[in-house]
Amino acid sequence: MKEWFKSGTPWVWGTAGGLAVALVLVFGVLWLTAARGLTYFWPAQVAETTFIEKDGSKIRLIGEVREHEEVSVRSLVESGFNIPGDEKFTTRYLLKLGNRDVSGFDFKWYPAPLLTELTYPKDLLTVERREWGNFYGHLKAVKENGNVVAEGEAAMPELEKRVARARQLFDEIFRTEKQDIGDVNYTLEQLRLKERKLQLEGKFDEAAKQSIESQRMAANGKFAEIQLRLEKLRAEIGRDSLSAEVMDGRVVDVPLAKVSEVYRANAMHLGDKLGFYFRKLYAFGTEDPREANTEGGIFPAIFGTVMMVILMSILVMPLGVMAAVYMREYAGHGPLIRVIRIAVNNLAGVPSIVYGVFGLGFFVYFLGGNIDELFFREALPAPTFGSPGILWASLTLAILTLPVVIVATEEGLARVPQSLRAGSLALGATKAETLWRTVLPIASPAMMTGLILAVARAAGETAPLMLVGVVKLAPNLPLDGHFPYFHLERQFMHLGFHIYDVGFQSPNVEAARPLVYATAFLLVLVIVALNLAAVSLRNRLRENYRGLEGM
Amino acid sequence: MTNMNTTSTKPTAMNMGAALERLQGSTGDASDMPTCLETKNLNLYYGATQALMDVSVQIPKLSVTAFIGPSGCGKSTLLRCFNRMNDLVDNCRIEGKVTLDDDDIYHPSVKVALLRRRVGMVFQKPNPFPKSIFENVAYGLRIMGVKDKRTLTETVERALRGAALWDEVKDRLDTNGLSLSGGQQQRLVIARAIALEPEVLLLDEPCSALDPIATAKVEELLVELKNRYTIVIVTHNMQQAARVSDFTAFMHLGEMVEFADTNTLFLQPKMERTSDYITGRFG
Repeated sequence: MKEWFKSGTPWVWGTAGGLAVALVLVFGVLWLTAARGLTYFWPAQVAETTFIEKDGSKIRLIGEVREHEEVSVRSLVESGFNIPGDEKFTTRYLLKLGNRDVSGFDFKWYPAPLLTELTYPKDLLTVERREWGNFYGHLKAVKENGNVVAEGEAAMPELEKRVARARQLFDEIFRTEKQDIGDVNYTLEQLRLKERKLQLEGKFDEAAKQSIESQRMAANGKFAEIQLRLEKLRAEIGRDSLSAEVMDGRVVDVPLAKVSEVYRANAMHLGDKLGFYFRKLYAFGTEDPREANTEGGIFPAIFGTVMMVILMSILVMPLGVMAAVYMREYAGHGPLIRVIRIAVNNLAGVPSIVYGVFGLGFFVYFLGGNIDELFFREALPAPTFGSPGILWASLTLAILTLPVVIVATEEGLARVPQSLRAGSLALGATKAETLWRTVLPIASPAMMTGLILAVARAAGETAPLMLVGVVKLAPNLPLDGHFPYFHLERQFMHLGFHIYDVGFQSPNVEAARPLVYATAFLLVLVIVALNLAAVSLRNRLRENYRGLEGM
Repeated sequence: MTNMNTTSTKPTAMNMGAALERLQGSTGDASDMPTCLETKNLNLYYGATQALMDVSVQIPKLSVTAFIGPSGCGKSTLLRCFNRMNDLVDNCRIEGKVTLDDDDIYHPSVKVALLRRRVGMVFQKPNPFPKSIFENVAYGLRIMGVKDKRTLTETVERALRGAALWDEVKDRLDTNGLSLSGGQQQRLVIARAIALEPEVLLLDEPCSALDPIATAKVEELLVELKNRYTIVIVTHNMQQAARVSDFTAFMHLGEMVEFADTNTLFLQPKMERTSDYITGRFG
């Protein structure tokens, strides 16, 4: 036994075991989020079955089987189900019944013994709507202005054609509302600010008034014109509807204006399903969220996260590198610098919410408030920079990650061989020239390491952001076509907060759960992508300085 | 000590006898020649420890002067006084006077960077920058603000030729300086120094990290270079001192024990400590 310990074998096993546990955990996280999140986009089969009520009456159920689990019969009996037989355990199914507007509930658990066999009729129709979630039913007819235009077998192709038309119209309406009306609103807002500014400066004379008034008239005219166009489009899109039989036998009309997608999942082939899957996945990454974030895509959140991280990097790198250079190269070794160094290291351990509070108090209220006073008087009392926004969020994260960058850079500077500095100085370079031309380039891979750590920490941070700029739903991206293009004062969406919001604050938790996993997986992907970018940059830098190790 | 032992046991291009034979023919006296570098009553302290004791020496122009002595005797410290590299040591304090062409180099008005352009230095271990060979040699020029492409190319070529490295690297000037062999790196570093056309070239044990063949090349180079530069070399290797130098200074425990032309110092040392050292009785 003693020999075995001496041989070092236990060490090998122990260390390898530690690594194995770490790997299992990492891959477990990835597997869980990927498996739960990515399967969500696969077109689910729609089942039809019958449920036997307590009084023996039967009701028809139509819906997707979302989950199943083993439960004890006793607990089912206690909660009022009448389970025949004497088995101890049985299965229960979670059915997504959809039709929230018709039946009033979306998800429900049913014990298997009380269900007849699940069947998957090929003609069951899934309708994805922009409101009220999914709709399931047997398609009966397609209507135009309330008159039936297609029935029976002919209904489905007709429906697909009309849905495509409705979707096109919807896109046009969306574009018009977002862009054209957005432009007019922007113009009007600019005019209002200009007027207010002139008034504040006391230069609001008759000529200025007339000029602004005429511009305002023009904008209003344009607005009325767009309104007219929109009304026409809205009438167009409201033309068609479909009628379908839902599970309790009623026939319900669904206006196509609200429909984003129709398909018969049970009749789809693998190829169709794959196409559908990737289309959905793509839409998830590129579209705006709908229905209190429980449907649709998460593009604004991805965009906000990435932009905030990039802004943060731009802010933190110069600050951190300069601080580290001063500490390592100029400050000497006195007790004061030791205290500062310890303080910097400790900053890395301060809870992030504390930074959030600081950001809110100092950046948002103090700095932002003063900026508004000085430069945006005309917009007051509405705050411009005096409210949470992406700039303040990035700055808050920049000071949060500052210690990481400082420590990494300092270590990099310490590793630059003294002989190289001596060589540079001996050639008549001053200390500053030596720093610029030799020391900093050689330390740059270490700075990149600092950046990588900072990005990893910042991209995943959520708590402080809730105080300084992240919102559940941002109407506009921080980057758009209106001058000055970057709107640093705007609030933004963030994947981390999105997960929290969808998972725990949403009105329909069951429906949103797969989205939480999908978003989590995407957040991990975004962080991995940002890190890979930084790592590849670092490796390219390192390549230049290979062979220095021996010095 | 280990350093000295390893270098002195190396097989060298010339053995001691041959080196001394060469010395027989050489004549010369430091006082005959114009002085380049001079120290007067130089005392140097690292904190409380005194590293140089009252050193006074005159180093003649356009010649090779070697500093020999056991480890810790202060020869490198003295060498680093000539281009004020000791300024970088935190608690180093200097008393006395060091002049270059009669200018006091420790005068407050002296710009250290300019001084170091006049007094180049090569270190014990080759320390090329992690840049291309071209950029290594052009480093000092770029610091001086030279931007003209043609001037740079010409100077780099001249310096590399001067350091006897041109033929070996002319086809790969853009490869990393660190990819060269040790001996080539050391000659690259010499080229880097002479690209600035300094008056003095200080070499701090330039061959201690090199193999015998590379050592021989660097030594040949030094003999050539002394036509244009005043060279001061610190070495542990007495054969090397005998082979390449015109004048030799023997230092011990921070004192300048004896300074004479190499011939005299090795064949007729005046001081007992010198003869004990060169005959291997101590050190």
